[in-house]
Amino acid sequence: MKHILSVLVENKPGVLSRVTGLISRRGFNIESLTVAPTEDETMSRMTIVMDADELGYEQITKQLHKLVSTYKISDMTGEDTIERELALFKVAAGPERRHEVIEIANVFRAKVVDVGKNSLTIEATGDADKLGAMEDLFRAYGIKQLTRTGKVAMSRGARD
Amino acid sequence: MMTASDPIAEYKARAISGAPFGPGSHTEKEGQTMTGAQAVIASLEAEGVDVMFGYPGGQAIKIYDALYDSKKIHHVLARHEQGATHTADGYARATGRVGVVLVTSGPGATNTVTGIATAYMDSIPMVIITGQVTRGVIGTDAFQESDIVGITMPVVKHSFLLQSTDDLTRTFREAFYIASTGRPGPVLIDIPSDLASAEMVFHYPDSVNLPSYRPTYKGNAKQIRQAINLLAQSKRPLLYVGGGVVASHACAELSRFAEMTQIPVVTTLMAKGAFPTSNPLDLGPVGMHGSKYANMAMTECDLLIAVGARFSDRVTGKLSEFAPHAKVIHIDIDPAEIGKIRDPQVPIVGDAQGILAGMIEQAEKAGIGSVGSEWFAQCCEWRKRWPFYHDEFTDYPGQIVPEVALDVLSSKLDSATSIVTTEVGQHQMWAHQHIARDTTRSFLSSGGLGTMGFGFPAAVGAKIGCPDKQVVCVAGDGSFQMNAQEMATAVINNAAVKVMILDNRALGMVHQWQKLFYNERYSSTILDPAPDFVKLAEAYNWQGERVESPDQVEGAIQRMLDAEGPYLLDVAISADQNVYPMVAPGAALDDIIGAIDLTVGGVRVSQKGAGNATKEGE
Repeated sequence: MKHILSVLVENKPGVLSRVTGLISRRGFNIESLTVAPTEDETMSRMTIVMDADELGYEQITKQLHKLVSTYKISDMTGEDTIERELALFKVAAGPERRHEVIEIANVFRAKVVDVGKNSLTIEATGDADKLGAMEDLFRAYGIKQLTRTGKVAMSRGARD
Repeated sequence: MMTASDPIAEYKARAISGAPFGPGSHTEKEGQTMTGAQAVIASLEAEGVDVMFGYPGGQAIKIYDALYDSKKIHHVLARHEQGATHTADGYARATGRVGVVLVTSGPGATNTVTGIATAYMDSIPMVIITGQVTRGVIGTDAFQESDIVGITMPVVKHSFLLQSTDDLTRTFREAFYIASTGRPGPVLIDIPSDLASAEMVFHYPDSVNLPSYRPTYKGNAKQIRQAINLLAQSKRPLLYVGGGVVASHACAELSRFAEMTQIPVVTTLMAKGAFPTSNPLDLGPVGMHGSKYANMAMTECDLLIAVGARFSDRVTGKLSEFAPHAKVIHIDIDPAEIGKIRDPQVPIVGDAQGILAGMIEQAEKAGIGSVGSEWFAQCCEWRKRWPFYHDEFTDYPGQIVPEVALDVLSSKLDSATSIVTTEVGQHQMWAHQHIARDTTRSFLSSGGLGTMGFGFPAAVGAKIGCPDKQVVCVAGDGSFQMNAQEMATAVINNAAVKVMILDNRALGMVHQWQKLFYNERYSSTILDPAPDFVKLAEAYNWQGERVESPDQVEGAIQRMLDAEGPYLLDVAISADQNVYPMVAPGAALDDIIGAIDLTVGGVRVSQKGAGNATKEGE
């Protein structure tokens, strides 16, 4: 099953490879990973999405806790959390089909950020379902390139 | 149980407090302006380091230059960085203190990797200082540059790449603290050489502040009560004891708990000596080359109390048939060990010493008496039936029997005044079976990584740490050759270690597997005919002797032990001699090859459990 971990770590060189090295060495695969400094610039927050059964997930979080560079690990899976991802779609669309693509983008409250001769670049944020739905629709026109940031997550107001 | 005159207990308490192991800021160097290199040495002095191990080189030369002025630190020059690392490890295992290593960048640093991995697998506290190229050229493939922080990341407890002299002293305090607390382990500090020459003002911190590192010491009281509840219902309880008992210094509590409840004890290789061999409750080695009776106890017990043990595959055998009737209480300071291999009914995270003391108190309160005594009687029956070795029994008549040679050695050593180290292989398993040990930290062996070449340098380190003890390395001819260059280190530093080689002119353990499982196809395991170990000993100014017949063994061992300087005793044994009993890899723990069964006339038998036996070889 898919797990979303929010890991608060020291903002120091090498910490990313400590975390990812540990996960891969214990035989797990990272599906997505985002890292950036937090409100306290001595700390970074990583959001890691990975596939693991309960036993494996428990083992990984325990091992991550052991890293001296790790302050806190929160499980964001299926909890009362907000998860978001940003995607950039470069959709194949000549002048005659542009309006259709823009219409789809509008429905999803996405933005057109670049227009080329034969393509449109759309910026969208949302959860996995929304971005997946957009991807399906754009595929009918042809997706020239797709970049996703990977998930970031945060617990809703009541927690923390 | 913790007495004021117990240096290991004092060291442990000091480690947990976060205070430096030495004078800290209270030295004449405090507040002085000095170079980074001088601050490295001053930091080690602040941590009370009086001996360290290493090998110089270009990027460590400034630190070595500063070391030249130290009146407090004795540096032991090894002959190879791997040797230096194992020597520091042996020192740490024997004394309970942090072992310190200093080497240069590049090959100096990479040569320590096996030693670091060995210490990591066995949870040994060490601080390894590596010189690094200057910050300006890091990442340019400079001469003797290696990313040692990256290379060692999977095998260190933590590591630091020093970025500024501002962080230097704090880094040292944190390194010693992290290495010696919680589940101990090696910590690496990589020091770019431009920082070694940079000027700084020396201030040593007298405490640590590491909010991200807070090991749990105190066991949960509710879990301890639950453990005692399980024990009250148990008919066949068994203590399964690992290296955590040694690290936690919980031997007195363990003995007391076992004795009051009459629960028999099996020990891993790492725990040898943590529970006295001379205590009748000791069932000794368990696992792949454990005794049949210990493995039967594991299989038949209904409650397994694991203390500082990690359910290694060398102990459990086939996991689905391991301790199939047992509920499990798992005591460990490392939460990640709990449930990693076997899910316990009662997990207790914390320091074994305090938890065992809590269990003793709870058991007394609950009026739990000798719950194990009936079942222990059964274990004693098994012990009589399947002994490790029997005097009337010989595999290869006329030749020296390794079991007998080790029994002789064991009978001549008092574990309170001696330390036995081993290399890795057949001789290691025979030593585990036949060397009696009643004292913690008196048997040192590479358990987790199984590092050939560990035992001899570790013996040198143990001798340097405990100069008044008789230190004997039981070695194989293969393993000894992996770090034989350290013979120079031993003789030059007056480390009068004794090396007893069980010399079968083969890589015995692999040879044994080839004999049993690979149709006697001895691929690359014969080491005959070189070297002449006695001549090798003479070359290094050691004394040496070789024996080939059984009647020479006792006298030779006595001469070895009586010798004043370092001494090598080369004991010829047959390459065909297997270590028995044995659980084949992947087999269940009670499915045992080659145990001696006295009920069928003292022959080696292969049988599962106590069922029908077949003679070995049939």
